[in-house]
Amino acid sequence: MTDVRHEQPVVTFTGLDHAALAARTRRWGWLHYARYRQASEGPFLVTALMLAIGNPILYLAAMGLGLGSIVQADVSGVSYLHFVAPGLLVATVATTGAQFGTWPIFGGFKWIRNYLAAQATPLEPGQMAQGETLAIGVRLFVQAAIFWVIGLAFGAWPGGWSLLAIPIATVAALAMFTPLMAYSATLEEEGLHFNFVQRLIIMPMFLFAGTFFPLESMPIYLQWVGWVSPMWHGTQLARMASFGLAVPPWLVGVHVVFLLACIVGGQVWAHRTFTRRLVR
Amino acid sequence: MPVIQAQNLTKKFGDFTAVDGISFEVAPGESFGLLGPNGAGKSTTMRMIGGTSLRTSGSLTVLGLDPEERGPEVRASLGVVPQQDSLDEELRARDNLIVYGRYFGLPRAYLETKADELLEFAQLTEKAKAKVNALSGGMKRRLTIARGLVNEPRILLLDEPTTGLDPQARHILWDRLFRLKEQGVTLVITTHFMDEAEQLCDRLVVIDHGKIVAEGSPQALIREYSTREVVEVRFGSARNAAMEAELRGMAERIEVLPDRILLYARDGEGLLEQISRRGLNPLTSLVRRSSLEDVFLRLTGRSLID
Repeated sequence: MTDVRHEQPVVTFTGLDHAALAARTRRWGWLHYARYRQASEGPFLVTALMLAIGNPILYLAAMGLGLGSIVQADVSGVSYLHFVAPGLLVATVATTGAQFGTWPIFGGFKWIRNYLAAQATPLEPGQMAQGETLAIGVRLFVQAAIFWVIGLAFGAWPGGWSLLAIPIATVAALAMFTPLMAYSATLEEEGLHFNFVQRLIIMPMFLFAGTFFPLESMPIYLQWVGWVSPMWHGTQLARMASFGLAVPPWLVGVHVVFLLACIVGGQVWAHRTFTRRLVR
Repeated sequence: MPVIQAQNLTKKFGDFTAVDGISFEVAPGESFGLLGPNGAGKSTTMRMIGGTSLRTSGSLTVLGLDPEERGPEVRASLGVVPQQDSLDEELRARDNLIVYGRYFGLPRAYLETKADELLEFAQLTEKAKAKVNALSGGMKRRLTIARGLVNEPRILLLDEPTTGLDPQARHILWDRLFRLKEQGVTLVITTHFMDEAEQLCDRLVVIDHGKIVAEGSPQALIREYSTREVVEVRFGSARNAAMEAELRGMAERIEVLPDRILLYARDGEGLLEQISRRGLNPLTSLVRRSSLEDVFLRLTGRSLID
């Protein structure tokens, strides 16, 4: 006969240095959060990849080859495909950035509750917002790179400088992302807010971003919609890099400053809205 | 030195006072309960301890620090089991522990070992690779507790740990919490379940409308505010109120609830005999020991779960 022993599972206490943990989180918490965000995307990796690959193929085929075949004249001094490709790259990635700033953020407070989980740890709300931006930035960069590679197959890039369109598109996308992230953190109920955002903010920004035609060909009283769209600023920079679109130096400065101001302003705002939402 | 010290702790949301000047201390290794109905201010108190709710007035120190000013330092030593689970449903059970541990800046090598140990403790070893959305309510709760232990906390805050669980799942959970208590972990538990408070708490405060109405060990509170035994009789809802007059004077105290009458006495069986000798034949009767439910009823005039 054997003795039956009931093992008593216990939790071992190894004497962790909690003060050191807190110090490490104060310093690196944003990075810890970004890693979580990346891990949480894991289960959706295949879907995300399919979209990142399928999107450029569809867009470049429809616009570059389809529409391009009837636009015989050069646009801004280059073929329509070369003209439209940097615009499509920026618009596609920036639209994704905008989407990341809406439902996933709202859901993080409301349904998935990942911010509420993290809130019980030494992480602070502002660090969560920073981690989001970092993780989403990496993700958008990869998406932009995939777009660029597929563009090669279409002959969409006249030269190597077009590679710069990848970081430019990422920056333009983050300029959409951070302000929307800040806004989404203020919403308590789903309502129709995001329909409004999608149709009255993101959509016009896309339509007036000069993606398919130069913004200057619009009447002047409509051009302002493009001026406030990060997509337009990003598109102009990406075209400069790709085929050498002539842009006066002061305007280059405006494009860069506008995009960075959106990112930084959005991030500062998100710091406030995340904190207000989580610490009451 | 107490690990938690609250003095006149007050929290207002606009005109509403959620926590109304409460004072208490929690000693190291103690199992301390906040008992009260829903909306009494228990969860708000818990959030203030973690520094995620800002107090309106009063003072509060946790492990000697003000959680509002030193939130990350305080939370590094706390384990939190929130009222509503906040597990990542798309991640596997084990990955939930590791990801959460990363928030504390814990190294991966430590977490690999720790995660296995905690899954064992939570009786979830077989579910390590299961996605959280495939776990039962009791399993999720145990996983949440395991997650709260990942940083070897000095204080474990449990907000309604067994609400919504079936009796068996509750008992498994109580057993785990009891072991933690034996290991010297300080537990702070909010609950509106008397039996839970009696099982787990060395000492508790009864909170109603944001105020502390009584404080002591479960036994001391029962001794002070109730009799040893209680007789519960039912005459049918139409007759309960009318029978009150007949019964008055037979017991030390009498409470008429919509569905039953509670008679407080030292000797319950004796009282029940007396009742039937008088020819008052209740439809059902029951003699039981006094519980914290009776204490609460006495203190607030209401039962705890409406």
